Amino acid sequence: MTNTNEAVRYMFYFVARRTFFAVVLLFVVSVFTFWIFSALPADPAALTCGKNCRPEVIEANRVRLGYDKPFIEQYGSYMKGIFAGRTYGEDESGIHCSAPSLGYSYDRHECVSSLVAKTLPVTVSIAVGAFVLWMFFGIALGTLAALRRGKWPDHLATVFSVVGISFPSFFLGLLSVLIFVIWTNILPFPHYVGISENPMKWFTALILPWFVLALLSASTYIRLTRNGILEVMNEEFVRLGIAKGLPRKKLIVKYVLRAALTPIATIAGIDLAFLLGGAIVTESVFNLPGLGKLTIAAVVNSDLPILVATTLVSAVFIVIANAFVDIMYGFLDPRVRSK
Amino acid sequence: MTQPLLSVRDLHVNFGTGEGDVQAVRGVSFDIGRGETLAIVGESGSGKSVTASAIMRLNFGADVRVSGSALFEGQDILAMSEEEVRLKRGSDIAMIFQDPLTALNPFYTVGNQIAEAYAIHHHGTSKKELRDLVLDSISKVGIPEPLKRINQYPHEFSGGMRQRIVIAMALINRPKLLIADEPTTALDVTVQAQILELISAMQEEHGSAVILITHDLGVVAEVTKRVLVMYAGRLVEVASVEDVFSSPTHPYTRGLLNSVRSLDSERHSHLEPIPGTPPSLIDLPSGCPFHSRCLYAASLNGRCSTEVPELKAVGNSFSACHLPTAELLSLVKAAQ
Repeated sequence: MTNTNEAVRYMFYFVARRTFFAVVLLFVVSVFTFWIFSALPADPAALTCGKNCRPEVIEANRVRLGYDKPFIEQYGSYMKGIFAGRTYGEDESGIHCSAPSLGYSYDRHECVSSLVAKTLPVTVSIAVGAFVLWMFFGIALGTLAALRRGKWPDHLATVFSVVGISFPSFFLGLLSVLIFVIWTNILPFPHYVGISENPMKWFTALILPWFVLALLSASTYIRLTRNGILEVMNEEFVRLGIAKGLPRKKLIVKYVLRAALTPIATIAGIDLAFLLGGAIVTESVFNLPGLGKLTIAAVVNSDLPILVATTLVSAVFIVIANAFVDIMYGFLDPRVRSK
Repeated sequence: MTQPLLSVRDLHVNFGTGEGDVQAVRGVSFDIGRGETLAIVGESGSGKSVTASAIMRLNFGADVRVSGSALFEGQDILAMSEEEVRLKRGSDIAMIFQDPLTALNPFYTVGNQIAEAYAIHHHGTSKKELRDLVLDSISKVGIPEPLKRINQYPHEFSGGMRQRIVIAMALINRPKLLIADEPTTALDVTVQAQILELISAMQEEHGSAVILITHDLGVVAEVTKRVLVMYAGRLVEVASVEDVFSSPTHPYTRGLLNSVRSLDSERHSHLEPIPGTPPSLIDLPSGCPFHSRCLYAASLNGRCSTEVPELKAVGNSFSACHLPTAELLSLVKAAQ
């Protein structure tokens, strides 16, 4: 049918447009991030060696790392490094970081990209697991609370979300370690192992951080879901659904949840992206070598190349999530498509 | 005597609020026969829409109390189980809502929504059959290019077109009773007449009875035969449409008509608004709800503020007023 073709074409333009804007935004964000760090009073070259460094070494490192060049040129070679890899220094002592090169950390004597590559899977494991848990509990409890408004499930959900919102994550994290690891020995002390190495150990190391992070966000999602459902229940089209004689189950799923969860799906996308940038507190409490811990260590050691890279990585996640969520919304809500 | 299609007796609807009970409907009784058209008029807050929702049991919520009876083909809707009511909704009794902009589900195509209205009450209808039915129903309500239109979403239609879709949806199961709750209020004046015509035409074709809820006396004149006038949750006058316009018996009805300009009134004549405001439904006055605004209440030595008037025959109409019948009739004569 011509109508379907038209819709497909429309969707294609919609996706193409959003993707284009995402790319533009990424460019702006990267320039801005790079500029902020180069404008800092700290001298990146001086930070490459200890306190009693000789000026000649500092100058040599400055040239080797390209900090002597003007800002535009520095940005240019950084971007080029991301796509083509980069070698620092020209003689045989030059350090090569293959693409995507995100800089070189003198503090750790390692390419930043390989540091990110090591820590990112940890953060992704934490974030995705917590995300699944909080979406499930948040939406399930929120729906239950809305449908049993004023009854005990509603009160339970309120208590749950107040606890989740008011306790800071480091407190809940330490409390859970105390209860499940130290007092009852149900779980071993969290020690991260890759999922491909030992799935069981991976799981036991992550289960506490998952629940701690999920509890925090689930509280918000319980409220969002509950309020969204109650709001939609008052909509005229739900009344019409009842007047049509729709069975309650169908009414709730097809009319109420569809309308109430669409905006929540978009918030969820952004929240997940945010978490992918590193769960700083949780990773520190549970001693998980993720992106958040890498960032914190870099802050403590003034390791600028790492900070630039982790900031960029987080920004990329947020921008991609934003574009993805916009496109998703176009699929979920027909009213957005035609704008 | 044949049994009326719907017989409402002593209907009361109360809403509990933090400030007290809102007595939205207080003792409304009326009958409607098969194929008959009935209008319920009154200003906002008079209880007309609440009466309509009560007939379909759409006033949900823990703080709503409904009493009385609503016999539909002899069965009391107010005493049915939720499942029994559900099976009546949309099949035997259908409703058209006030605002077509918000009444359709924005997430599904209109074809889907109309088909759904049929499929709920006719399990096992094939897709092909459903599609033909939907196409037929939306071309009947005057929507051009039905083949293209069924795949579009509500936001792609104008207000008038959406109301046509709501009507198509309401009529697809050939309901015995159609409740139209202010079906034209949210529409442009030019579209209003078209929608009213459509409702009348559809009613003729399907033989449905229609309860038309409106505050617009012009709409009443156009489509109905019998009119119920509501004020503060009570019926104050029941009359034929001719009598309501030519010889309104209740002081409130007369006030209502005097506050509307008609075509044959003098060009520069003044409208006479009813003095005062309607009473609060939480803190209702004793006696006749209209007494504080009524010109004749003073002449009855306080009876109006203590005793609730019941409907009584006045000429061809029924009127809930304490004034003696003869006096009411002479007032009607004087007004003519």
